Amino acid sequence: MTLPKVIRGKAWKFGDNIDTDQIIPAKYAIYSLDEKELGKHAMEGVPGHETWAPGVAQGDILVGGSNFGCGSSREIAPVAIRGVGISLVIADSFARIFFRNAINMGYPILQSPQAAEAVEEGDELEVDLEEGIIRNFTKGDEYRAEPFPKFMSDLLRMGGLVPWVRKRLEERRRMSPTRG
Amino acid sequence: MGMTMTEKILARGAGRDSVRPGDLVLAKVDFAMGHDLTIPPAGKIMREQMGAEKIWDPDRVAVTQDHFQPAKDAASATLGRLTREFSHDMGIKWYFEVGQGGICHTVLPENGLVLPGELIVGADSHSCTYGALNNFATGIGSTDLACVLALGELWFRVPETLKFVYRNRLKEWVEAKDLILYVIGQIGVDGARSKAMEHTGEALRHIDMEARLTMTNMAIEAGAKNGIMEFDGVTKEYLDVRAKREYTSVTSDPDAEYEKVFEFDAEKVELGVAKPMSPDNYAPLSEVAGTKLDQVFIGSCTNSRITDLRRAAAVLENHKVAPGVRLIITPSSHQVAIQAEKEGLIGTFLAAGAAWTTATCGACLGGHMGVLGEGEVCLSTTNRNFPGRMGHPKAQVYLSNPAVAAASAVTGVISHPSEVLKKMPAAIR
Repeated sequence: MTLPKVIRGKAWKFGDNIDTDQIIPAKYAIYSLDEKELGKHAMEGVPGHETWAPGVAQGDILVGGSNFGCGSSREIAPVAIRGVGISLVIADSFARIFFRNAINMGYPILQSPQAAEAVEEGDELEVDLEEGIIRNFTKGDEYRAEPFPKFMSDLLRMGGLVPWVRKRLEERRRMSPTRG
Repeated sequence: MGMTMTEKILARGAGRDSVRPGDLVLAKVDFAMGHDLTIPPAGKIMREQMGAEKIWDPDRVAVTQDHFQPAKDAASATLGRLTREFSHDMGIKWYFEVGQGGICHTVLPENGLVLPGELIVGADSHSCTYGALNNFATGIGSTDLACVLALGELWFRVPETLKFVYRNRLKEWVEAKDLILYVIGQIGVDGARSKAMEHTGEALRHIDMEARLTMTNMAIEAGAKNGIMEFDGVTKEYLDVRAKREYTSVTSDPDAEYEKVFEFDAEKVELGVAKPMSPDNYAPLSEVAGTKLDQVFIGSCTNSRITDLRRAAAVLENHKVAPGVRLIITPSSHQVAIQAEKEGLIGTFLAAGAAWTTATCGACLGGHMGVLGEGEVCLSTTNRNFPGRMGHPKAQVYLSNPAVAAASAVTGVISHPSEVLKKMPAAIR
């Protein structure tokens, strides 16, 4: 799966320190292998968002505050957000395990304090992933995202850690053909 | 330029002479852990998507059945089965079945599986716990774990290190939990985001390994990548009877570079809690004393090892849980439960009117055996109290040490343990 160059969608706004138990309450961890089911409950633990998921349109963009995705290491947090149809998460900053998980999944995230501060719920956004530019059509604004280190942007571009590991396993097999 | 302990371990793992904060490295992993919520997706990704048929080293992986086990429902039973089958198929040496292991972060240290100088990853955010044993240990996701299982290596960004120096000694009643809650209250839940927390100073030399594990356990609650402590006589003694492999301890160089150094006078730290709904919402106990409780929970990888249970039992001895309150005590491992039985602690808990459960993560993450309902107020010895963590998003959770929790169960309101017990016996402080 390769990344689209440009993503367009409506913004959903969230605050600071949204933790993984709010993104997907632990009771839904029983659906760990079912992305669509997880998606139905995305952000359900954020007070006031108990019935948020059904209102999300495919391709919408989630904009969070600082330390987005803190708490648990459960990868079901970004999986649930992808499962509900969100195409991209922008935040002021990300908690490290959420950040890793998203990149490892090949799921696009952008760190942009500018956008996190200025964007309001319902704004129409267009994001150029390669250039790291976020255009706000509703406000006529433009924001920059902070660039990732090369290894991370390469991982994202190739579709995450899965293809990277496949390649690495291939190299190892070529070097010692008798090993599995 | 010298290196910190964290930098040295990552440099060794990456096969380099030195690393600097911000470097991205590919490093060899010494030990990996997963559990019933993270092994099923990791196993599926590893086999079906990455195309790996076996794991890199079955002797260097531990798997616990702890989060929703013993199975809380049919779906959890499926996750337990997938975890069991994967562990069996891969020949994982350190597989801990229900009734034989317990919570991963107690099981790995008590079995001597996480050692000084090592690079350890666990598919659970509280994997940072192991760092009290002088290693680099961090939490990862399931795709990360699949990568480690397939290759024995993983990418890391070398973190900046924050140094925390604790001068003097903790006062009577004040525990490691109070100290770390205070620190998180000072720096915030993102105060150490993606950074290493290196804990040092006189106060740490006077606390035992279990108390140290409580402190590194909560590094993630400040957003840290890892928490790490120095190797000393306490570490050596703990490992002499446990270590399953040879190890080499690691020290920070005198000229190592720290992003920031925090100094605290441990003697000035009071008994404290984290108020709802965030681990950094610190308050001295005196500020919340008298808060009426529905439930008290003593459990979790943070504060339910044998020393924690001894202090809780000392408080509960010859007392009853107050009417209108329920006290749930969950040992953090099967070994802890066996020891508690030997010492007569379980009898004390049962006589006090507490519910004693098998070892599981259980109520801590709102899984089972103590999930909170709407509007309920709980005092808990766990690590995290974000909205909904232990059940209903409108439940109110306070975090404290085990002696405060036990005393509050007796009085029915948040209380200082001295209201119930005159003095904590020196031997179990």
